[in-house]
Amino acid sequence: MRTLGLFALVAVLILGTGFLQSWNSALIILNMGLVSAIMALGVNLQWGLAGLFNVGVMGFVALGGLAVVLTSVAPVPEAWAAGGTRIMGALVLGFVTIAACVLAWKRLPRGRRGWAVAVLSIGGFFLYRAVLDPGVEAVEAVNPAATGFLGGLGLPVVLAWPVGGLLAAGVAWVIGKTALGLRSDYLAIATLGIAEIIIAVMKNEDWMARGVKNVIGLPRPLPYEIDLQNDPGFVDRAAGLGLDPTTASTLYVKLGYSLMFTAVLVIVLVLAQLALNSPWGRMMRAIRDNEEAAEAMGKDVTARHLQIFILGSVLCGMAGAMMTTLDGQLTPSSYQPLRYTFLIWVMVIVGGSGNNLGAVLGGFLIWFLWVQVEPIGQWLMNAVTSGMAESSWLKAHLLDSVQHMRLLTMGVILLLVLRFAPRGLLPER
Amino acid sequence: MEILNALVALSNFVLIPAIAYGSQLALGALGVTLIYGILRFSNFAHGDTMAIGTMVTILATWGLQALGVSLGPLPTALLAIPVGIAGAAALVLLTDRLVYRFYREQKAKPVILVIVSMGVMFVYNGVTRFIIGPDDQRFADGERFLITAREFKEMTGLDEGLALKSTQGLTVITAVIVVALLFWFLNHTRTGKSMRAYSDNEDLALLSGINPERVVMVTWIIVAALAVVAGTLYGLDKSFKPFTYFQLLLPIFASAIVGGLGSPLGAIAGGFIIAFSEVGITYAWKKVLGYLMPESLEPSGLVQLLSTDYKFAVSFVILIIVLLFRPTGLFRGKSV
Repeated sequence: MRTLGLFALVAVLILGTGFLQSWNSALIILNMGLVSAIMALGVNLQWGLAGLFNVGVMGFVALGGLAVVLTSVAPVPEAWAAGGTRIMGALVLGFVTIAACVLAWKRLPRGRRGWAVAVLSIGGFFLYRAVLDPGVEAVEAVNPAATGFLGGLGLPVVLAWPVGGLLAAGVAWVIGKTALGLRSDYLAIATLGIAEIIIAVMKNEDWMARGVKNVIGLPRPLPYEIDLQNDPGFVDRAAGLGLDPTTASTLYVKLGYSLMFTAVLVIVLVLAQLALNSPWGRMMRAIRDNEEAAEAMGKDVTARHLQIFILGSVLCGMAGAMMTTLDGQLTPSSYQPLRYTFLIWVMVIVGGSGNNLGAVLGGFLIWFLWVQVEPIGQWLMNAVTSGMAESSWLKAHLLDSVQHMRLLTMGVILLLVLRFAPRGLLPER
Repeated sequence: MEILNALVALSNFVLIPAIAYGSQLALGALGVTLIYGILRFSNFAHGDTMAIGTMVTILATWGLQALGVSLGPLPTALLAIPVGIAGAAALVLLTDRLVYRFYREQKAKPVILVIVSMGVMFVYNGVTRFIIGPDDQRFADGERFLITAREFKEMTGLDEGLALKSTQGLTVITAVIVVALLFWFLNHTRTGKSMRAYSDNEDLALLSGINPERVVMVTWIIVAALAVVAGTLYGLDKSFKPFTYFQLLLPIFASAIVGGLGSPLGAIAGGFIIAFSEVGITYAWKKVLGYLMPESLEPSGLVQLLSTDYKFAVSFVILIIVLLFRPTGLFRGKSV
């Protein structure tokens, strides 16, 4: 009942945006809400179900974005010819070095292994850079204004969604292997750090995805507005509905995304619900609530944690790929932890951790507020400052600062929910 | 001569910046470690506590500058630091009263407190941006250099100049004084001793009649003071920008963890380890090696291990390496 009511409220809010502002903004909010809901489901799987504290959501989302470029952009043959194989060789060399270090650490006797690993890793690093650098230089020299990178595989963009999940899974496996044995606070810092590293790599390795030069004009799974407007059949149908072709085409494309995203969300949600109510889900919650007891019952806690850490990260990676597809561009500098990590956490906590529907609700509700706090704040500030003199510096300052209300509001909402409804709007059953 | 030149270049580009940065990190990490030791959670809002405290200092500095007050060659901000500390202390005590105390009384799990501190981080961040805006602010005045590169060259006759910014000198001196005061306080005063007792064993400390609320209050005030001093020094040395302060969270946490959470000595060691690795690994060693090596072996590239944008990555990699081999840090910190 409560669930239904709260979802109805969100529906009313989004429909209200449609009636009061424009259907275009309502659909924009809906689409990002759908993506946010998938991210929130991923975090909820890790935190709500298993009690893992992952503050590196941004990193996995960014990997999803990278996957879109790697999968769907057409390859740049000149760049491949210039240094592609060299870069690939260097990467293989890098992996071999790491593998050799791990092997050396495991196989060699105690006294010598530290030195062996140090020599291997330092030597390997210089060798790797010696092979990589000329390749990178050659690739980045190929038409730097337009390409300067290797490009992708030129596959359909929808394939990037699962690929984003796979990339995230790989990185999650590495983090999990190193950091899951540590205490929860340490895992948090470790994930925070790895997210920053992923962004740093994406910003600097121009041969991969053009770095801060951004990749724009990514392929999309839906037709372009301009083509629709030139299609007489579409224009006729739009006229039949009483819409002008421009509005109709933008709505058509956004609605198309909404349908695709909804399909993904429904599949993910159903799977998450099945997982939650399965024996596996009960085991995870048992581990979360009392690790020692579960371990004593013969459950492999670390392995289970690794499993769910990877699963949750896959969802974040997929959602990241969907988001980049929706944007049509990859801009590494736009990834900021406040927006892509901590805001997702607010969604999960406010919605209700441990409850999948709660996470989805939180995703929609908080995203709606994130978008609408600014206009509401603007309106509020106008009301507050209406009595002040036109030239007052305070008035100008207050009106200028409205955009920073967002962070403040999100913080206050998070603190209030944690204080008065610590289990969220839709508590775990 | 060549060796001296190399040494000067090394000091100029690596040693001095790393010592200054390390002092700033150490002060930040001391705050994180004290909160962890006494209140038993990782405070995600620490970077923004630094930002908001520094903001108060900056506003006070501007006020003083407008009144025509100055310290001559020293930056006016030094006079404003007490105002910043008072502001930050009032703020964190209010936050503790309104937010953290509830969870302390509930004996909530540490990780819940971490999430709560995330909320506080949002609020502080929002307030800072609301009042001073998200842009760079300059508030340094006074003498810019203790020694400029030209003066140094003329003085010594070396090819390589050594520039010592006054903010760098100031950072190190202030940090030494603050750390000395802190250790004296922790080791020789009654309140300091009760803080250490509380940190070591909460139940035993309570049994022996230590007032926990008082310990917590003193801790917050000290943390506010450390945060403001660290933040102001960082702002004077580089520049003040709210987002940068939020990003400092990672190297600060890395310092505290590398040293061992809850160990003040560890926080200082960690700060310098992180600072030296960050600066050393992202510095282009061409110049130093050029002086040291015979001409035929001189490197052609920049000999830079990683580009400067990777400095956060460096602190994290060090963190992971230390944790893999010593799960509670170099100085055997505690784990809740």
